Amino acid sequence: MLPDLAAAVLLIGLTAYAVLGGADFGAGFWDLTAGGAERGARVRGMIKRSMGPVWEANHVWLIFVLVIMWTCFPQAFGPVMETLYVPLFLAAVGIILRGAAFALRGEAATISEARALGATFALSSVLTPFFLGAAVGAVASGQVPLDGSAGAFSSWTNATSLLAGALAVLNGAYLAAVFLAADAARSGFDDLAEAFRRRALGAGIATGALAIAGIAIVNSDAPDLYDGLTSGAGLVFVLLSGVAGVATLAMIWTGRFGPARLGSAIAVGSVLVAMALAIEPDFLPGELSLDDAAAGDPTLIATLISVAVGLSLILPSLAYLFRLVLKGRLDQELKPIGAEESPR
Amino acid sequence: MLDLLSAAAGDQVSQPYLLEARQMQALSLGVHIPLVCFGISFPAMVLFLEGLWLRTGDETYRALAKRWSKVMLILFAVGVVTGTILSFELGLLWPRFMEQWGEVFGFAFALEGVAFFLEAIFITIYVYGWDRLPARTHFLAGFPIVLSGIAGATFVIAVNGWMNNPTGFDLGSNGDVTNVRPLEALFNDNLWHELVHMYLAGFLVAGFLVAGVYAYAWLRGRRDRYHRAGLIVPLAVVAIVAPTQLLVGDWAARTVAENQPVKLASMEGLDETTEGAPLTIGGIYLNGKVYGGVAIPDLLSLLAFHDPNAEVQGLDTVPANDRPPVAWVRNAFQVMVGIGTLLALIAVWFLWSRWRHGSLPGSKWFYRAVVLAGPAGIVALIAGWIVTEVGRQPWIVYELMRTEEAVTGAEGIPVGYATLAVVYAGLIVVVLFLLRRLARQGPESIETVG
Repeated sequence: MLPDLAAAVLLIGLTAYAVLGGADFGAGFWDLTAGGAERGARVRGMIKRSMGPVWEANHVWLIFVLVIMWTCFPQAFGPVMETLYVPLFLAAVGIILRGAAFALRGEAATISEARALGATFALSSVLTPFFLGAAVGAVASGQVPLDGSAGAFSSWTNATSLLAGALAVLNGAYLAAVFLAADAARSGFDDLAEAFRRRALGAGIATGALAIAGIAIVNSDAPDLYDGLTSGAGLVFVLLSGVAGVATLAMIWTGRFGPARLGSAIAVGSVLVAMALAIEPDFLPGELSLDDAAAGDPTLIATLISVAVGLSLILPSLAYLFRLVLKGRLDQELKPIGAEESPR
Repeated sequence: MLDLLSAAAGDQVSQPYLLEARQMQALSLGVHIPLVCFGISFPAMVLFLEGLWLRTGDETYRALAKRWSKVMLILFAVGVVTGTILSFELGLLWPRFMEQWGEVFGFAFALEGVAFFLEAIFITIYVYGWDRLPARTHFLAGFPIVLSGIAGATFVIAVNGWMNNPTGFDLGSNGDVTNVRPLEALFNDNLWHELVHMYLAGFLVAGFLVAGVYAYAWLRGRRDRYHRAGLIVPLAVVAIVAPTQLLVGDWAARTVAENQPVKLASMEGLDETTEGAPLTIGGIYLNGKVYGGVAIPDLLSLLAFHDPNAEVQGLDTVPANDRPPVAWVRNAFQVMVGIGTLLALIAVWFLWSRWRHGSLPGSKWFYRAVVLAGPAGIVALIAGWIVTEVGRQPWIVYELMRTEEAVTGAEGIPVGYATLAVVYAGLIVVVLFLLRRLARQGPESIETVG
């Protein structure tokens, strides 16, 4: 019972990070693909304007996930870190480069500085979610043994892990396009709303196609995971993701970005929930059950209480921040980045 | 699960790069901790300035507060990512430590996560909210930053205190952890002095660094109200904190003497257990001996136990392989105390001048000293953490788990270490470059508002 509750908290954190942090990574994807300095200037400016006030809070979900995992499931945390150190270290380096480049980009005074920081930001925004996604895929497809005997590379380069990495990148791009379209429409930047609407449709279709193709990949690469995803509660969330995805595409098509935000978040979040339900009652499939991975009851109780108290402070604060953002109270001026006029 | 624990505790992995793993961790901490100083103290200083503005209506204070809050956000953002790296490294480098003990001390990190979350939310609202939120709301949004900064520091230091003073659990007959008492682990005996010592250090490091920027401007002839306020506010802070820190340091050393006698012996380079042990001030410890320095009879016994004849345990109380690398600990300790004393002298100089002449000191040497005090503070800070962390060696959990038992069996540590070193070097260069440029811009009030 307690391990299940702790796992639910972990899953909530992971889902929040995948949706909110994922959208931030996705924004970097659109920064990378925005085209030349002139053409992409307004898109890049919009990304910075939208992400600025929220990325730090969004990023903290990752720390939340790590902390809950090592406190409540230390027996799983050790082997995961010891086996998947290559993708996790690369993701960590990507996080430094990306966060620092984004934070410092606002201070860049010349085009070449902004470009160097922008390229660092954009490239690491694509690589980081790929490695994090691959690590999650490796755990879900049973690639993490308890004794650290797995290969440094072979453990996360099976088809399912690579699929999960690619999906993480695409999911983020899709979410970001939807969020940015909504933000641009709210601010009255019709050209940008249209630009991101098209991106959202493209990314949504690509993500959906990869997810469907992925079912076949998982079937041959990780049959146990496949069984979990195609039966019982796992199947419910797979279907929910599909329905939400299709409905969201319709909303984007018709320009109703507000509900599309929610729909895209449900579509992406459901995939993670489905994955967790598919491997339940295991934490490391075939190796370690949730109950065996869990810390003792006193630790779980203390952590769950402190998380409950913490969330009672965090959620209203976060709601306040998001309300200020969504009402445009924290809006900065839209400054094109990389065009001839310098970004400052 | 049982064989898992024995795998963690018993079958030690062979990790030829243990030292590199430790250096990698030390590098990451060394980059992160100075940023933490700003996280601890800067919000309070910024809020103080904003409060002055609200009371007096003087735009100088507002301009300064706004500028500092920009720096605060940049440093916080960099701190967020370097802090994330630390979270990863705990698992990547020390998986067996986390596996075996995570359930004991992890609770503190869960609380820290909460505090950190609140800090991230309100720092954003505060910095982006300038000119956009009502003045009062904006001011109030600053308080959660200060409070969560204090809370976050408390919880992280609780973990470090626990590593030095592990409590809050029982060990079963086969060495496994049972009967975990998370609150007892959190409020271990080492928490309080480490917390206060670090909290004050945060104000010292950030205060002197900020003051140094304006002292430099002062030397270059910029002595208007704006620069004057930018100098006096942090100086006033460090003037109170620096002398206090000496007293807190004494408290910390006495706690170490009680809980970790071997660490104290290393700090002093005391080979043999001695009654009425002398304190050697200064000097350098090389190859098992202190060269130079002034030995004052009985002083160590007096300081550590408030009794000149008290017995102080020497390094000889434990086998050689249970001792930390004494040269690192002793020399780092001397550096920390030496710099701390000099910083206190600068503070006294400032206070004396304010008291006697009601003004800032006239001598250029004062301002030069303040400019140097910032970087010196960082050196002292890192030296202090070397004393705590290297002084705990060879244990990762004091007297319960050796660092070599905790390290990962994974390959590639040198590659990771080199990568991280390059990334951090680049990061430091870019941050300093951009802060320097920010400092060269005119005051915020001259910029168009909004």
